[in-house]
Order: sequence, then structure tokens, then C-alpha cells
Amino acid sequence: MRITKRNLLALTLSTALTLPSIALAQDGAIKIGLLATFEGAFTVLGEDGERGAMTAVNEFGGEVAGHEIEIIRGSSDASPDSAVRAARKLVEQDGVKVLVGPLSGDEGIAVKDYAKTQPDVTFINGSSAAQDTTFRDPADNFFRFSTDGAQWMAGLGTYVYNEKGYQSVATVAEDYSFPYTQVFGFMAEFCNAGGTVPSKSWVPIGNKDYSSVIAAIPDDVDAIYVALGGADAVNFLSQYQQAGGEAPLIGGSITVDQTVLTSEGRLRDILIGTPAAGPTADTNDSEAWLSFVDEYKNTDGAFPSPSLFAHGYYIGMKAALLALEETGGDLSDPAAYREALANLEFETPTGKVSLDENRNAIADIYLTEVVEGPDGNLVNKLIQTTSQVNQTLGIDKEEFRALGAVSRENPSCP
Amino acid sequence: MSETGNLRDDLSNPPKGPTRNQIWVGFGVLVGLVLIWMIVAQWPDWLDAILISKKAFLSAILNGLTLAGLYFLVASGFTLIFGLMRNVNLAHGSLYLLGAYVGYEIATRTGNWFIGVGGAFIAIALVGLIMQILVFRRLEGDDLRQTLVSIGISIVAADLMLAVWSGGTYQILTPEWISGAIKLPVVTAERSNGTLVFLKYPLYRLIVLGVAVAIGVALWLTLNKTRIGMMIRAGVDDREMLSASGVNVHYVFAGVFALGAGLAGLAGVIGGSALSVAPGEDIRYLLASLVVVIVGGMGSITGAAIGALLIGLAEQIGLVYFPTYGVVLTFVIMVVTLAIRPEGIMGKRL
Repeated sequence: MRITKRNLLALTLSTALTLPSIALAQDGAIKIGLLATFEGAFTVLGEDGERGAMTAVNEFGGEVAGHEIEIIRGSSDASPDSAVRAARKLVEQDGVKVLVGPLSGDEGIAVKDYAKTQPDVTFINGSSAAQDTTFRDPADNFFRFSTDGAQWMAGLGTYVYNEKGYQSVATVAEDYSFPYTQVFGFMAEFCNAGGTVPSKSWVPIGNKDYSSVIAAIPDDVDAIYVALGGADAVNFLSQYQQAGGEAPLIGGSITVDQTVLTSEGRLRDILIGTPAAGPTADTNDSEAWLSFVDEYKNTDGAFPSPSLFAHGYYIGMKAALLALEETGGDLSDPAAYREALANLEFETPTGKVSLDENRNAIADIYLTEVVEGPDGNLVNKLIQTTSQVNQTLGIDKEEFRALGAVSRENPSCP
Repeated sequence: MSETGNLRDDLSNPPKGPTRNQIWVGFGVLVGLVLIWMIVAQWPDWLDAILISKKAFLSAILNGLTLAGLYFLVASGFTLIFGLMRNVNLAHGSLYLLGAYVGYEIATRTGNWFIGVGGAFIAIALVGLIMQILVFRRLEGDDLRQTLVSIGISIVAADLMLAVWSGGTYQILTPEWISGAIKLPVVTAERSNGTLVFLKYPLYRLIVLGVAVAIGVALWLTLNKTRIGMMIRAGVDDREMLSASGVNVHYVFAGVFALGAGLAGLAGVIGGSALSVAPGEDIRYLLASLVVVIVGGMGSITGAAIGALLIGLAEQIGLVYFPTYGVVLTFVIMVVTLAIRPEGIMGKRL
């Protein structure tokens, strides 16, 4: 290629475009990395996670202990390698000492493993909820103030067996660690209550066409437990409706989240009445939750009610800032900062949160049911609260460990 | 790459010997009979045990067929453009996604799904036309640069679409009368009280299949029976000769590019109504059309149909019977094709 005037111009322009990002770094500001899925199938979820994190930052007025907070975004596409790549960029290029994220289950496990190689950096989970991010082989510098996917299911299995009278349930879930954890949490209670799960379908994440999966679900089950997220949930639900599905549904935590309830289409009829459980409930009328919702709604593009991703990132970011406040904005001694994090116990919009010895949260979980709200929006109505659920679901720790790691096959009760 | 193309392949594919041909026909009849038996008969228990249930199996086949229809709509434009211009347009997936978004906007504003489909076809055909005139014509004969530029366009387009339509999942609503499921005259089971259970299948997906077949036949007829088709086929074989005989090849190129792009846009609305519209779809359909045309043979419409059938069926059957490794099946088909017949099933050696 000859160097022509035009090529030179293009070169200059492209150089100029990359400049501002270098010029932006400020003195004295505390840099916090924010890692979420801003691309791929979980984009909507990542964007809402960011809204939650920004709600916490706004609550502190954008500064902590006299230092300005500078948020640096890192984007992944929900795949573990993209999460690690984004984390590396934030840690190794931007030099953040605190990182909030990631969003999705497998990402959490990958970032936890990366955290072990970066002892000077403190990682605080966003909303990823796989069990083994903190339960087996945890990292000392990885904290999770949001609970895990099995904890989120607290109360659901018993409720559908006793109150709804479902005795056999088929499951449809994505094929990675977070849905394994959710199915585990659901089945732990449901099978214990006497229910059976004759068929489990695991579908690849980002799958579009569920009609074949729907057809393969046995006709004689009482209900279908669906643990799919974002676009996957919308696709499954609309195709289930198109296929004339009749069995009632039970929702995983992110299946009937606001990200799904607000999507366009004919999902309404099949969603209303769906029981689910998770760390948030839209109709929660506690003072703390209502003021959180108000704060949240000040962010751009907010949903009618914060999704659990906004909630998870809010709690993670808030914990990061509270601990920073305690150390006076000083991050030079990571041990002191982590000490402050580990001892943190604070009131969140959804009740008290504290950490166990694996640095995993103990918090309240809500059982909900989808209803039509006063303004026509679909919302998750609060049915009951299970207070202070720990990671072993109240089972003795060694006994719980003996149940084995969650997987496609574990647990099983056909 | 030489300048000879593969569209003429559709005309005839002379059999290599009667015996081999007979074996294939016999094999085909056998498979057909087994399939008919599987559709008509009440399944014995051992078959149910292997294939989950008759309902699951037949639905997987039907889904495979309808998905193949969708893939064919996207891939036919891709292969048409490649066949004529030797232009691997890697922004084809973006045209699909843009078509879906445009169709969504038009359909929700006018409240008429059909206007959405037609509008998306025209809008994306125009976008294709502009792309061809402003970008690809300047790089004519420079395959590598065309390919790289089209990758660039697809990346920019993906971010622009994310900025405009955000990361949300959109569902294009079909008219009430074609949504919902219908009962097909196929019995899947008999209840203990003697009532028959018929196979239920979404009507809309059957319509997708019908549209794909209709467009496929129309394309084939246009290419093989009309004067314009003759020009296109001549252009595939020898561009210089065609232009020497007084045809303005640039018009032909622009027309074909617009048609190919328009088909991608149309597929966007049809696919967006059957499944959903979200960021990332562009890459998915680009990948699907690449695999389809590699298996079917670059530049051949019949090849695209065969490739789409194989990939669509493989994807759905994989999803039901071995979901974890289902994705691999598609690529196994591609690898086997490349190993045995590198030019693709209906492709001509380049």
C-alpha cells in the first residue's frame, strides 16, 4: 500500500480517536473495575447490572472518604474466557485494585481462578451464582455478597409440592454451572418433599430453537421447571406458547426476572401464576426496598423494577464502597481491605447480609409468583420470605459436601 | 480461484454409472419407506426407548425442516452473491439482523406483519445495493480486501444496531391467525381410554417452511428459465464474455447483490417471528450460512438447499438426542464434507 494523503489522514484520525481514553485517568481517584456482560445473549442483563452498581455509586455521591470513584467498565459475553480477558484488561492494563463482577455462573468460576493469580487485587462478585465459585476450592480474595443459585431456590421446591400439588416435574435449563446450581437447589427441596424429576433437558446457552426440546418433554409431568435466562428464556417461553404447551411452569430465578417479564410478545398468558424464588421480589414493600427502587429508577433505561442483576451488582458495589469507607479509601494494604470486607455486615434493600467463612453471603430469599401489576406490567409478587439462607441450605456442611458437586447428573430423583 | 462458477451445476449432474445410481435409488426408497412407517405406525416400546417418543422424534424432524427453510433463505442470498461476484460477504449476517429490526419497527408501527416483511425486504435490498455500489464495486477482483472490508462493516453494524435497539430481545408478533399450534393428522399415541393423541405443531413454522420452498423454487426458475437468469449464469461462468456481448455486468451485479441482501432481510423478519431478535444473531446466521454453503457447495442454489437441510436436521436432532455434543454434529458434517468433497456436495471444483 502506498502512503497517500488519504492513508495518512486515516492514520491520524484513528490515532486521535484512541487518545481520550489515555487522557482521562485522574489523580487521587479510586479506580474500581466493573465487569459485566455488555455483549452477547446476556447484554440486557449486563446493562441492568451496571445500573445497579451505579445506584450504589450514586448513593455515595460518587466519592468515598474524600476520594472520587472512577468506574472502569470491562465487557464480556458471558463466556468464561471473555470474562477472564476483560478482568485481565481491567487489572493488568487499567490497574484497578478492586473489581466488581462478573455476571454469569461460569464466568464467576473462571474469574475466581484468575483471582488466585492476582493476590493484590480484591474481587467482589457481581451476580454470578454458581455454587463452586465459593464453595469448593475458593480464592482468598474473591468475595460474594450476593447469594448463589441454590440458595436462591430456598422454599420453592417445598412450596410447589405442598401448595401447588406438583408431584413430577421436568426441568429445562442451560448447560452450565449456574443452572446446575439452580436445579440442584430446587431438587434438593422438591425431591426431599417426595417429588420426582423424570426428565432433565440441558440446552446449550444461546440456543434459539427450543421446539424440539419442548416436544421431548414427557406429556405426563405436572409442571415444567425452567431455568433459562435473558433471550434464552424469551425464546423458550414464546415457542412453548406457540407449540400450545399446557403444563404450568415453575421459574428459575432469572427466568421470570424483569429482563424477561418486560420483553415484548405473547408471553403474558403463560407467565402469569408462575412461582419462582430468588434474592428479590418486585412487590416487596419494605422501606429499604422501596427507596432502593426509587434510586435505581434514576439511572438511564431502568426497568419498572430492578432485576436481580441490578440487585447483585448493587450489593457487591455497596460492599466494596462500605469497606473502602472503613479503610479511609486506602487500598495500599489489601489485607486490611479484605479484613474490612470479611467482617462487613450491613442492611441491604433485601435484609441483612453477612459472609460465611468461604466469603459467601448469608441472606434472605423470597418466594414469588408472577402477577399482573396495577399498571399492567408483570411483576413478581412476594409470597413468603425465607430468612438468612446459608450456602449449605441449612444442611450440615460436611453432609452437604458429600452430596457432591452440582452437575448434569447430580442430583437425580427420577 | 478461477473464474468458472457453479450455478450451472443445477442444470444437470450426470450420473457416474447406472449401478451406483441404482444403489442410491434403492437406498433412498428404503429410507423413505422406513420414514413413512415411522410416521404412520404406532411405535413399539423398543423404538420409544431409543428415540424418547414418537412425538419428540417427529417434532425434531419437522423442526429440522423448518429451521432448514430459514437457513436456506439466508444462505441462498449468500451463495448467490458469492457465485456471481466471488465476493464472500461476511456482513451477510448483519443484513439478516438489520432486516429483523427494520421489520420489527415497521410491523409494530403499522400493525401489519406483512408490510413488515415486505418493508424489510425492500429496505435491506436497498442497503445491499448501496453496499455494492459504494464499497464492493471499488474493490472488484480483490477478494481478500472485499472480505476484510465486509468483516469491518459487520462489526460496525453490530455496534450501531446495539446502540439503536439496545441489547433487548424483540419478538415480532405474527398475525393472530397464523400463531398457535395446529393438529397434524399424525397419531403420536393412544390414551388408555382409546382416544388418539395427534401431533400438535406450530402453524407458523409450517408457513416458514412453505415460504422457503416457494422462494427456492422461484429462484431456481428465475435462474434457469428466464433471460435474467441466463445473464446471471453467464456472468458466473465468464464475466468478461458477458460484458463483451453487450450486457452491463454492473447492473447485473448490483441487482443480484440487492436480491441476496433483500432475502437476508426477509429471512430476518421471518426468523425473528419464529424465534426472536437479539444482538449476536448476526454472527449466528453468518456462521450457519457459511457452514451451509461450505457443505452444499459455494455458488449453488440447490447446494444451499441440501446444505440447509443437512445442517437444520443435524442441529435439531443433536439438540434432542445429545444436547451437550449437538453443536459438534454440525461441524462434523462440515469436516467430513471437506475431507471427501472439498468443493461441497453440489459444488464444482474451482
